[in-house]
Amino acid sequence: MPIKPLSAVPKGVSLLLAGTLALQLLWQRAPPEPPRAAALPAAPTAAALRLASLGEPLAMSRLLMLSLQAYDDQPGLSLRLNQLDYAAVAGWLDAALALDPRSQYPLLAASQVYAASSDPARVRLMLDLVYRRFGDDPGRRWPWLAHAALVARHRLHDLPLARRYAQAIRRQATGPGVPAWAREMEALMSQDMNELEDARTLIGALIADGQITDPHELRFLSERLDAIAAAQAAAARGAP
Amino acid sequence: MLRPALTIAYYTVLEALRNRLLWLCALMAVGAVGLAGFVGDLALTESRQTQAALLAAALRLGAVGLIGTFVVTSMAREAADKGQELLLALAMPRAAYLLGKLAGFGALAVLPATLFGALSLAFAAPAQSAAWSVSLLCELWIVAAFSLLCALSLNQAMPALAASAGFYLLARAIGGLQLIGHARARGGAGQQWLSGGVDLLAAALPHLDQFTRTEWLLYGGADPAAVLAIVLHSALYIGLLCAAALFDLYRKSF
Repeated sequence: MPIKPLSAVPKGVSLLLAGTLALQLLWQRAPPEPPRAAALPAAPTAAALRLASLGEPLAMSRLLMLSLQAYDDQPGLSLRLNQLDYAAVAGWLDAALALDPRSQYPLLAASQVYAASSDPARVRLMLDLVYRRFGDDPGRRWPWLAHAALVARHRLHDLPLARRYAQAIRRQATGPGVPAWAREMEALMSQDMNELEDARTLIGALIADGQITDPHELRFLSERLDAIAAAQAAAARGAP
Repeated sequence: MLRPALTIAYYTVLEALRNRLLWLCALMAVGAVGLAGFVGDLALTESRQTQAALLAAALRLGAVGLIGTFVVTSMAREAADKGQELLLALAMPRAAYLLGKLAGFGALAVLPATLFGALSLAFAAPAQSAAWSVSLLCELWIVAAFSLLCALSLNQAMPALAASAGFYLLARAIGGLQLIGHARARGGAGQQWLSGGVDLLAAALPHLDQFTRTEWLLYGGADPAAVLAIVLHSALYIGLLCAAALFDLYRKSF
């Protein structure tokens, strides 16, 4: 189709185009509304989520995890873990796990991300979630309960709880894919090691056994170790 | 009857290629790979599984949208420029026209199913990927047959597109609807009627939520029996749609 010269366009049309374009650009330059933290809504029921997934529960589970993970970084705001409604967080993690029971993502987030809160009540909520869901598939989910045991010992200083988790691994995680050392976590709990040493031992053993292969997870865990080391160094400097 | 049907199928494929369907498929594949790569990169763990799940879901939906829209718009255009009347006035049975169109659209569906199946090879074993592609092809054939039925019966693009989209969404959600319906069936007579209605609807629809399962790509588990069941069910359902379209076409006077 041949194109006519620009002069063929009526002046009114050209002016209208330029005017509406200028208005659009001006509109976008208007200052944005001040950021406000939106509360995390309660998770819908598993049946509703399954219906909304249109037969793609695995993709829906991962989308839920990514959106939950991004929730503490809202436009113009960065929420701290203690500002999140942990009951709602637990609901979303449960929902993601119900959509894809073989995914490790929700329990990693519970034991490693959300259990890093400085509020013991929030941490206990996450550890309880990991313990509760561990029983559904101990052969696959024991690494998260092992992490939870370390958190219970070093963050909550609740040795009986840590031992209960280690005992649960010994009694229930009896499948062929579970390494022998995992069933000896109770012994690790009785050794006099600090959090960094414990975490290094556990993560090192998991890597050596090929339980962690994802490069993102390796990087994340390495950053967690660095954070624990930094926190301990800061505490040592502060001590008399 | 075979020769005119093949000629119609050939020109249907030619029309699609001239409408740059292949380019659209390639563009969709590139876009989905980019988006899944970006989103998967945000994952703390299971990054490959996250990429695979999102890519598979996006490609599946995209392929269905592409084929369904093409079938409806192509049929609407042919009806509007009287090409359909011209073809039906030729000395051939109306069934040859319908089967030719269906064969053409079916051949087109092989394009996205093959291309997107090849992409899924990056995440899954060849056998699982092949099962996913065959299932996607069956799903696309069902969508193409239903869109053809709608385009022939409803005559206009917008109602046909809306009906095809409604059918597809319902067929994908019917498993979830049945679960909810059965869970509430104990509530009372009204709930039981509702649950019965959902069951009736489920009996009339193909259960597309059981097709093209992402879990095959992530965790394996697609066995030949499951794929064979999908192929047989698709053949049965396409036969039903074809019969309904023929029934409608033979009753029409142009």
